[in-house]
Parts: sequence; structure tokens; C-alpha cells
Amino acid sequence: MQQPGRAAEIKAIGIGKSFGSFRALDNLSLDIGRGEFLTLLGPSGSGKTTFLMILAGFVQPTEGKLFSDGVDITDRPAEQRAAGMVFQGYALFPHMSVEANIAFPLKVRKKPAADIKRRVGEMIERVGLKGHEKKLPAQLSGGQQQRVALARALVFEPGVLLLDEPFSALDKSLRGQMQAEMKRLHQETGTTFVFVTHDQSEALALSSRVAIFNHGKLLQVGAPDEVYDRPDNRFVAEFLGEINMLPLKGVKPAGNGSTGLCEDRAVSMGCKAELVRGDAILAIRPEYMSISGEAADGENGIAATATNSTYLGAATRLDLTTRQGAKVTVSVPNEVAAAALSKGNSVWLTWPAEKGFLLPHGGQ
Amino acid sequence: MRSYLSDRMGAALLMAPLLLFLVLAYAWPFLGVVKWSFTLPTPGLGQYEALLTDDLVQSVFIRTLRIAAVVTVVSVAAAYAITVVWVRGTPAQRLIAEFCILVPFWISVLTRAFGWVALLSNRGLINTWLQAIGFISEPLALVRNEFGVIVGMTHFLIPFAVFPLASAMRSLDDRVLLAARGLGSSRMRTFWTVFVPMTRSGIIGAAMIVFVFSLGFFVTPAILGGGRSVMIAELIYLRIFQSPDWGLGAAISVVLVLFVGALMALLFRYVRPKQLI
Repeated sequence: MQQPGRAAEIKAIGIGKSFGSFRALDNLSLDIGRGEFLTLLGPSGSGKTTFLMILAGFVQPTEGKLFSDGVDITDRPAEQRAAGMVFQGYALFPHMSVEANIAFPLKVRKKPAADIKRRVGEMIERVGLKGHEKKLPAQLSGGQQQRVALARALVFEPGVLLLDEPFSALDKSLRGQMQAEMKRLHQETGTTFVFVTHDQSEALALSSRVAIFNHGKLLQVGAPDEVYDRPDNRFVAEFLGEINMLPLKGVKPAGNGSTGLCEDRAVSMGCKAELVRGDAILAIRPEYMSISGEAADGENGIAATATNSTYLGAATRLDLTTRQGAKVTVSVPNEVAAAALSKGNSVWLTWPAEKGFLLPHGGQ
Repeated sequence: MRSYLSDRMGAALLMAPLLLFLVLAYAWPFLGVVKWSFTLPTPGLGQYEALLTDDLVQSVFIRTLRIAAVVTVVSVAAAYAITVVWVRGTPAQRLIAEFCILVPFWISVLTRAFGWVALLSNRGLINTWLQAIGFISEPLALVRNEFGVIVGMTHFLIPFAVFPLASAMRSLDDRVLLAARGLGSSRMRTFWTVFVPMTRSGIIGAAMIVFVFSLGFFVTPAILGGGRSVMIAELIYLRIFQSPDWGLGAAISVVLVLFVGALMALLFRYVRPKQLI
């Protein structure tokens, strides 16, 4: 947010925001690295958009401090922070042409006319809007409006680009296209991107790190594979995708990992039992589980009966019930599913030790 | 298809009483006025010829347009400021603005005109106070002239300009204003380069309504103008009821109605009727 053309580094310390008695954000501390692509992910009302608005300067935090490149910007008004921002619904100026929309931030900064013309021209080329310069936003398609919004937010080379659910209005195929385009713009500009979404697959696909929010709290921050494979708690585990949960007993550390009893069978986990001892939940993503006739000695596995199948084309989704009544869902090759169903009785569910992780029993 | 037709029938039935009333009370009598303008005192186009040559009629027309133009600019500007507070202010500010907008509707136009006389006349409140504090030695001429007429009309018409402006401001997407601020534009600059242009349809609607109303004003100019700054409606009255010159009065009326009709047609090319309330 300082000099143009240089990615900003942002530090939030103990940020909180209350709207009357409603606690929108609670004690949030987060470092956003120079040039990183950070996604704020969470359900609606989780505080992710409030945090983005605080970063932009549109919302004043009730407590906490915000630093950009080491400078305290907590009380700095939005127009002096000049973070590039892309709004949900784009918020283009309806009375201005594409060209005038993109030129706006440069005009505000009183750049020389020749300079404005050149940079707007470059930006229009970069986002593929050549030939649409004189059109009004209402004359453009959703994807084109999206490009104008991106161009307008990037043309003045802000230190950080803030994006508030920018793809929510686009259809699925256009979404994919715009996501790829945004990734390209991030690489080309090198600017810090902070992106808000409630779509977990979008978050995992785009970002270098994901920050997961719920009920005004920041629950976990990490690289996509880190938060997906090793979530800190049940909410993160469930929000990022489908997950099977099996009750575990007698969890204790063992070597580099841990062991426990799952339905009276010894199983081992790749993760350490630091926070969890005794009773716990073993969580495994459906795609990491497979079906076989018998579990080998020392292999993680429990017996279950297939109850239902859903044909998905490339694979089949199989619902199973374990002997002690836990429900499990797996995604398996079509012929494996057919075989499991035809047997009618017991099959074995197996999984690699490093793919299972521990969650505290019962609670979040 | 059937329900569409019956819906249209239903709508026509609902509007029928009003249409019938308008035809009987306005359209039919107006045709009579049109007839007079061509037949009194003698058949022919004599009255329309007189309109083009009569100095008094022309000066009244020009004065009416001038007053209407000034009233329009002042009313719309004042209404814009009030409407910004009404639509975008804090709850307390909104309440006060709403009060200022609605109260004038409860007081008759006659009462308000006399109220302004009481304030603006030579021995009125304003002149007495200004003299008492020694600011002026002679009373200022604030009524019985165009100034008084403009003040009275502006006061009456501001609330009518508020509604189209409010409608335009309410339909404006707040995020566009935030976007402007976020892109580095100050509050002032955002107001002038984004907010005002985006309420353009409201400004056009408000200006047209005020201008058209101003053209036909009768009571306010008659009282606050004191017979010196006669506007077109008062002239029609004088020609019909005082110097019995029904033909000329009728011709002026016809020209005024055509002029207003043309303005309304122009207005609805830019603004949909829904945007005016």
C-alpha cells in the first residue's frame, strides 16, 4: 500500500470488530507476505469480508493494529491506503466508458494525460478488452465487466489487490477461465493478492495460503495441502471437503506418529498425538480410503458393509456402515464398487497411515 | 394468453373511473377552450396572431420562463442537499430531513404565501430585524417583485423535487462509491465525479417536474408578486375574468398546455414514470 509497483507486506495484530453486540471479528492476528496469494475462506457471516473491508479501510476495527510494510495504517482512510479492490458485482462506474473506468484511479492521482493513455492502453490489452474501450459497463458481458474491474484495480500498481467474491456472479465455465486469468495476473504483477471466497475448491486451487474463518475467528492458516490434509479442527476438516470420522480409543504416541484402537483393531497414524490423548476422532478423506477383500497384518483397516452406491461417471461413491455403526463414504473405481455391492456382506476399508489425522473427541 | 387478456381487462376497469373523470372534467372542457381560441371574438387565427405581436403577453411569457428557470435551479439544488441527508444521513438526520420535507405538504399554498409576505414585507420580520440591528436603514424590497415570487415558489416546490432525487439515490449501489474511495478518490471528488453523475436521471426528473409546475403557478405569484410580476397563469385569469378577452385567454392556455405537453414528452424519453416517485 506504499510505493506503486511494489508488493506490500501486511501485518494484522489482534484485530477485533463489533457491530453493536454482534462480534464480527475476534482477536485476529495474521501476517500476509509480500506477493503472496492469500485466500480468506469461510461461510457467510464468518468475518472474512469484514476483515477484507478492514484491510481496505472501509471498516474501522474496534481494536487491534494494522501495519503495511511496517507502517501503522490502522487509522488511515481508504483513499490514502489505495489498495486495489475488486467488489462482488464489480461496482464499475455505470456512467463511464471502459476506458474512463480504468483511467479513474490514475486521474485521481493526477498523472499526466499521456501517461494515463499509455497505461490504460496497456492494461486493456493485458486483460483482453481491446475493441471495447468506448463501451459502457452495461454493454459488456459479466466476464468482460470482471476484466474491467480487475484492470481498474491493478492499473495504478497497488501494493495489494483485495478481491471480494469476484466470481460469484459468473457461470461455472467462465469462472474457471477467470480463475486462470487471475492466477496469471498475480504472477505477472507480483502484487500481494487477498481473495475472499466461500468456495473451498476455488480457495485450494488459487492460493498460496488459505485462511479459514468461522464465527469471527481465524481457525487455521496454511498452504492448501496443509489445511486440507492436516486440519487443526473439525470445522476446517469438514469445510474443506468430505471427510469420514471414526471413533478412536486409547490414542498414544508411537515413534514419529501415534497409535490407537479403531473398532477393536489397532491402527496407526502418521501425525503425533500432541493435543489428543485417549478418546479421539480419526478423520480420513474419502479419496484416501480403498476397499479390499482383507486387510494385511499391520495395515490400517476396518470391516464394513456397503449400503448404497451413487454412479458418478469416472468413479462410484459408495456408502458403507462399519460393524459398530459408523457411516463411511468412499470414492472408488466403478468395478470395485460393483464387486463390493455384489458380495452383500463384509469388505475391508483400508487407508495409508499418513492420510489419517486426529481430531479431539466430540468438540470442535 | 387468456389470463393476460383478463389482466388487461382488469387494469382497464380499475383505471376507467379516473379516465372518465379526466375526460369529463379536463379534456372535454379543454376542447371548449380550444374552440374559444379560434372563435372569440371573431372566428379565425386572430388570437394567435395577437400572441405573437402583443408586447404584454410576450413579456409575461418571458418572465414566466425566467422565473421558472431560476426556481428550477434553486429548488433542485436545495432539494439535492436535503435528499442526500434524507437518504444517506444518520437516523437522527434522516428524521429531521423527513420532517422538513413532509411538513410543507400539510400547510396550504395560500397560508405559505401569506407567511412569506409576513416575513418579507417592508414591515415584515426580516426587514424589521435587519433595521433593528442597524444593518440597513431603508427596508429591502423583498416582496411584490420577482424575488418574492421566486422565494415563495422555491419553498413550495422543493419537496416535489425531493422524490425523484431520493428514488435515484436509493437505487445507487453503495459499493460503487466505496470503489471510488478505495481507488484513491476523496469524498468530495467521489461526490462530484461519481455520486452526482449517477443520479442524473433523478436530477432531470426533478428539474422537469419543478419547471412544469412553475409554468402554471397562480396563487404564489399573485400574492407575492403583488400584481407587478405577473406570470402566465395570472395573465390568463386577468384576460378571462377582468378584461373580458376570452379568446386571447384561451389562446394563451392552449399554447401553455402544448408547451407543457412537449416538455413532458421530452421528460419521458429520458426518465421512466416509476423513477419520479
